[in-house]
Amino acid sequence: MPDFVQRVSAKNELVPEWASQEVSTGTTIMAVEYDGGVVIGADSRTTTGAYIANRVTDKLTQIHERIYCCRSGSAADTQAIADVVTYQLGFHSIELDEPPLVETAANLFKASCYRYREELTAGILVAGWDKRKGGQVYCVPIGGMLVRQPVSVGGSGSTYIYGFMDSNYKPGMTKDKCMELTATALSLAMERDGSSGGVVRLASISEEGVERRVILGNELPRFSTH
Amino acid sequence: MALSNLLEIPAAGFNFDNATRNAALEGLFEGQKPKPMKTGTTIAGVVFKDGVILAADTRATSGEVVADKMCDKIHYIAPNIYCCGAGTAADTGKTTDLVASNLAIFSLNSGRNPRVIMAVNILQDMLYRYRGQIGANLILGGVDCTGNHLYTVGPYGSVNTMPYLSMGSGDLAALGILEDGFKPNMELEEAKQLVRVAIHAGIMSDLGSGHNIDICVITRQGVDHNRPYQESEYKDNRKVNYRYRPGTTTILTEKVVPLKLELVQETVQQMETA
Repeated sequence: MPDFVQRVSAKNELVPEWASQEVSTGTTIMAVEYDGGVVIGADSRTTTGAYIANRVTDKLTQIHERIYCCRSGSAADTQAIADVVTYQLGFHSIELDEPPLVETAANLFKASCYRYREELTAGILVAGWDKRKGGQVYCVPIGGMLVRQPVSVGGSGSTYIYGFMDSNYKPGMTKDKCMELTATALSLAMERDGSSGGVVRLASISEEGVERRVILGNELPRFSTH
Repeated sequence: MALSNLLEIPAAGFNFDNATRNAALEGLFEGQKPKPMKTGTTIAGVVFKDGVILAADTRATSGEVVADKMCDKIHYIAPNIYCCGAGTAADTGKTTDLVASNLAIFSLNSGRNPRVIMAVNILQDMLYRYRGQIGANLILGGVDCTGNHLYTVGPYGSVNTMPYLSMGSGDLAALGILEDGFKPNMELEEAKQLVRVAIHAGIMSDLGSGHNIDICVITRQGVDHNRPYQESEYKDNRKVNYRYRPGTTTILTEKVVPLKLELVQETVQQMETA
């Protein structure tokens, strides 16, 4: 993908290097299941090369009433895929006359991401609540794999928090503990990863509905190394 | 030969034949190949209390040469929607024309005024399909029944929405001014002043931006497209008239050869003006 970009764009001294690069959500995203729903979170930084194109991005995109996806990778690719799946799922739901299953949404993402795996750069977490299986998190990384996990992290910043997640996640946590865990994990990743930053966007999805929250930069938890 | 070319109706949409031709010709130019005209640019948009203001500089460059000093970068999309374009001048112009036509047809078919999000969706679809080959960085602004909107669409098809935006080679300079001076729900004069200073910063700090500042104020009441809103202080005093009086160049000799014409045929056709 990067090679293709450099060949095609007309290089002009007056246009800086980063302006001709593709917009990428170098990112940290996370999703956690709890009994009764899911908590999802993301940072808010979108970059074109070294420039932050949007410092307040909303990477938590609604696919259906109680199904969200967290986007990482190329901004254009993930926005396009999310639009396509929103349409497909909406149509499917109307046909069924029933709210769709999270597993269906995840499979639709997988279908697009796998079929066009050579052309796309998209790492997506699909999370939501449905009546059949309650809160679920599905991971669809680059390449188009699909796997359900109780907790999943993604994006460039995720590498810095695998250890934190492995030691701090316990099954059977309450919603508030999950929110706290997500906010802390994202803050840690944003500290270390240059492509993640801005604010922390959180959402909790359950039978009652969707509750969204923003934690501003100065309200984020701080850590002792500095 | 020329006649047969004229009769050929070109296929609709974009045609990338020239890209193969350019690749073939690359070898002949020995590194001096001509550069496409880009609007190395500063464009900005701001949402204020009663609507949206779009602003742009007016310099279009082709390599290091200024190709157009009074380039119009604020394109018409619909009576209530305008679009600033940065990137390749031809791409931004044609793309915005396409969207404007689509929305005009929609308006006629449905009897409704177009919404800003419709233009955004059409542009996003199209630019994503062309995978970045269309060099168009656009800032769309407009007022419709759902409110005041400002969006930016990138060449790969990514969309962002913010109350203030800037794009183009001078966007960092303009964004500094916008980040510092923006407040939600500004009054008209305050907002006009803010974008003016933002574009001015781009003109001063960026070589690809220059000359005058155009602005376009869009409100529910209508559109005020000011071109130029502010003229550049650096105007050149060159005479545009290049007519020289007879005798400026010394005449050495004069030879007159009468042209003998023979009337061969004369026909008269009455014009029907009834």
